[in-house]
Amino acid sequence: MTDVANQPLETETTVTISVDGAEVSVAAGETILTACTKAGIDTPTICYGPTLTPVNACRVCVVELDGSRTLVPSCSRPAEDGMVVQTDSERVRHSRKMVLEFLGSGVDLSEADDLRAWSEQYGADPTRYGPAAERMNEDVKVQDDLYVRDYDKCVLCYKCVEACGDDAQHTFAISMAGRGFGARISTEFDVTLPESACVYCGNCVAVCPTNALQFKTEFDLRQAANWRPEDQSVTTTVCSYCGVGCNLELHTQDERIVKVTSPNDHSVTSGNLCIKGRFGWQYVHGDTDG
Amino acid sequence: MFGAGGGTSSYAEIEETDLILLWGSNAREAHPIFFHHLLKGIDNGARMYAVDPRRTSSAKFADVWLGIEVGSDVALANAVGREIIAAGLTNEEFIAHSTQGFEEYRAAVEPYTLEMAEAEVGVPADAIREMAHAYATAESAQILWTLGITEHHNAVDNVLALCNLALLTGHIGRWGSGLVPLRGQNNVQGGGDMGALPNKFPGFQNIDDPEARKKFETVYGAELNPEPGLHLTLMFEAMERGDLRSVYVIGENPADSEADIQHARKLLSGLDLLVVQDIFLTRTAELADVVLPASVAWAESNGTVTSSERRVQRVRAAVPPPGEARDDIEILFALADRMGHGWGSPDPEALWNELCSLSPLHGGMTWQRLEDEGGLQWPCPDLDHPGSPFLHGWLWEDDLGGRPRAPFSALVHQGPHEALSEDFPLRLTTGRALDSYNTGVQSGGYDSPIRYGDALDVNPRDAERLALVDGERVLVSSPRGSVEMPIRIQPDLPVGLTFTTFHFPDLVDANVLTNDAWDKRSGTAEFKAAAIRIEKLASTDGATVG
Repeated sequence: MTDVANQPLETETTVTISVDGAEVSVAAGETILTACTKAGIDTPTICYGPTLTPVNACRVCVVELDGSRTLVPSCSRPAEDGMVVQTDSERVRHSRKMVLEFLGSGVDLSEADDLRAWSEQYGADPTRYGPAAERMNEDVKVQDDLYVRDYDKCVLCYKCVEACGDDAQHTFAISMAGRGFGARISTEFDVTLPESACVYCGNCVAVCPTNALQFKTEFDLRQAANWRPEDQSVTTTVCSYCGVGCNLELHTQDERIVKVTSPNDHSVTSGNLCIKGRFGWQYVHGDTDG
Repeated sequence: MFGAGGGTSSYAEIEETDLILLWGSNAREAHPIFFHHLLKGIDNGARMYAVDPRRTSSAKFADVWLGIEVGSDVALANAVGREIIAAGLTNEEFIAHSTQGFEEYRAAVEPYTLEMAEAEVGVPADAIREMAHAYATAESAQILWTLGITEHHNAVDNVLALCNLALLTGHIGRWGSGLVPLRGQNNVQGGGDMGALPNKFPGFQNIDDPEARKKFETVYGAELNPEPGLHLTLMFEAMERGDLRSVYVIGENPADSEADIQHARKLLSGLDLLVVQDIFLTRTAELADVVLPASVAWAESNGTVTSSERRVQRVRAAVPPPGEARDDIEILFALADRMGHGWGSPDPEALWNELCSLSPLHGGMTWQRLEDEGGLQWPCPDLDHPGSPFLHGWLWEDDLGGRPRAPFSALVHQGPHEALSEDFPLRLTTGRALDSYNTGVQSGGYDSPIRYGDALDVNPRDAERLALVDGERVLVSSPRGSVEMPIRIQPDLPVGLTFTTFHFPDLVDANVLTNDAWDKRSGTAEFKAAAIRIEKLASTDGATVG
């Protein structure tokens, strides 16, 4: 009775591509982005997330592929044997620069640290198109004590929609609504969050690249000019609620928890948490009844 | 089960299984991140059957929901087993090689025809047949359960009834197939593993085994009592008899969490000495003679916890404890000191490594490996062992290695301890809500936008019959007592069934209603089945209804 398949079979097929002249091998099915990372090349990404299905919305990760008429998104294009890829050609740099300029022109990137760093790296200058594009100019939506929505900071990358939907949470509380300038991430019929299908897992907040979705604790500290990442430390521990064993990263400042995340590479959570693990820590500081 | 108290499978396996039987578990709300793995399984094509009296948020993801009568689990499982046998869908080779007691089992389930089960369980015979065939013919299949199985007066029978199905079909001991009890507390698995059971040493070694005892006595430098102690339910019985006069409670709130709570509070209040060690002044601590303020284990101290998939992981201190609060183990060491034993000050790493030297299940799980590898699943007997994703692979080996073959259990359907009556005509069952946890000591600390408090969920037709409107406050009574609470009209409940959470005991003392009839083998009370009636409050028309 020993012929029972006890473990999933592991496939060992690899493909080899050339990235900026260097040969890189990755497992079959992996993307050009994975090959770039393996080659030690830092690629800007906005809509890509290691736990999310690629949606190809932002185009900032594009690379030049020999034989391809257009630039290709590295985050979704599977690597194929013999591909020759340029990640730092003039064409790639120009495209990435324009993507960042367009986003910077119409969106408040003041708390999008990665995007601002890349904008500098690629010399993006949103002002060279004339006056800045119109913004949403909406008040930050503060509808509960757990997280806030600042539409001026949203780059419509879809990551929150994916995390809320079939990439993780399967709640489907938010989706894209409207067209053109009016396109926005919305709850059903634009109701407030507490009235919506939202179950407050905060997995949308965890994947947001621009702080358009922000934990209320962080928002309050920023309002008080007291959000000091340089004074924060991160401790990995295990959630105190049910027995699933989710790892929590406790971000602490002045000996208080200010934010809770989970590692993307943790086999139990893939970076996701539920409302209790994400938000149910106040009791540690003796706070009761919210 | 079959010797070691732990779920057989890893979370990753449900992503690749073909069939899921979710039985008495609302994992969508009680184990939300495990449910993510389950959803991946469904996305990958697994079929799911949900067995639950309520059409829970978990059941809504199922292909088929079997809305059974509360407490009819054994009848349903026996009928599924009988149908698998009758249809010739058993794994005969596995039964012959790896199990014992099949003939007795076959005889025991013979009366549980589909027709009989339809009457007892309250779901169509066709649905039972379909589930039986789907489970038996799947390449891989998991049965998962939670307190819907174990919070009954016949809890052990319920668990064994599900184990029988795995033995009939060989859905055990293989990747993707297994029996998975989802654990409700972050270290309830670890507590049992570490020997916090009346008859076990760490690693499920028996205290009446002289060899095991000698091993621990040598390392601990003390003589150890070979007689089993008392579990929680037996402790309350001993308090009742007056045999147990002093109790030391660590991190538990029995004055809110026990079934038939008024009775439990009376017993706790009558003790000669009650010591409570907790992070808050809980209702139990309010009754105590001495309160020892403790730190928060997962954020203010260093140690390990063990999850539902037997994964041991590190917890780490992120913030200092407030005021005079101290680490649980530090308090125990200080007490030992006062009793004249110089234990010094605790070193979590040294304590863990000592455990690894005493528990063969943990033999290879050094503190350093837990740090380096981010967690390991027992059994992990030596330093080169990678840990065990699933249990009981030995059942498939040609040579069973001298182990006894896995036993079938012949079981009889009993139903809930408390029958419905003219005075108490409605069934009450209890459970958790997504945003809250147990008696609310921890989850009460944050302001959840989706919290509705403890309300009694009532089917719309029952509400109409009783002339109740959504949100109306009513008087709810069981044979043990009465509480006032609001109702919530819920179409997801069958007629005749009501449901409440128990997260806000300061507002609604829901455990006044629950039944403390308990299983002598597991020590668990029947929180899941009480008989109640609903009365309108005097301020309206004062009539007794129900």
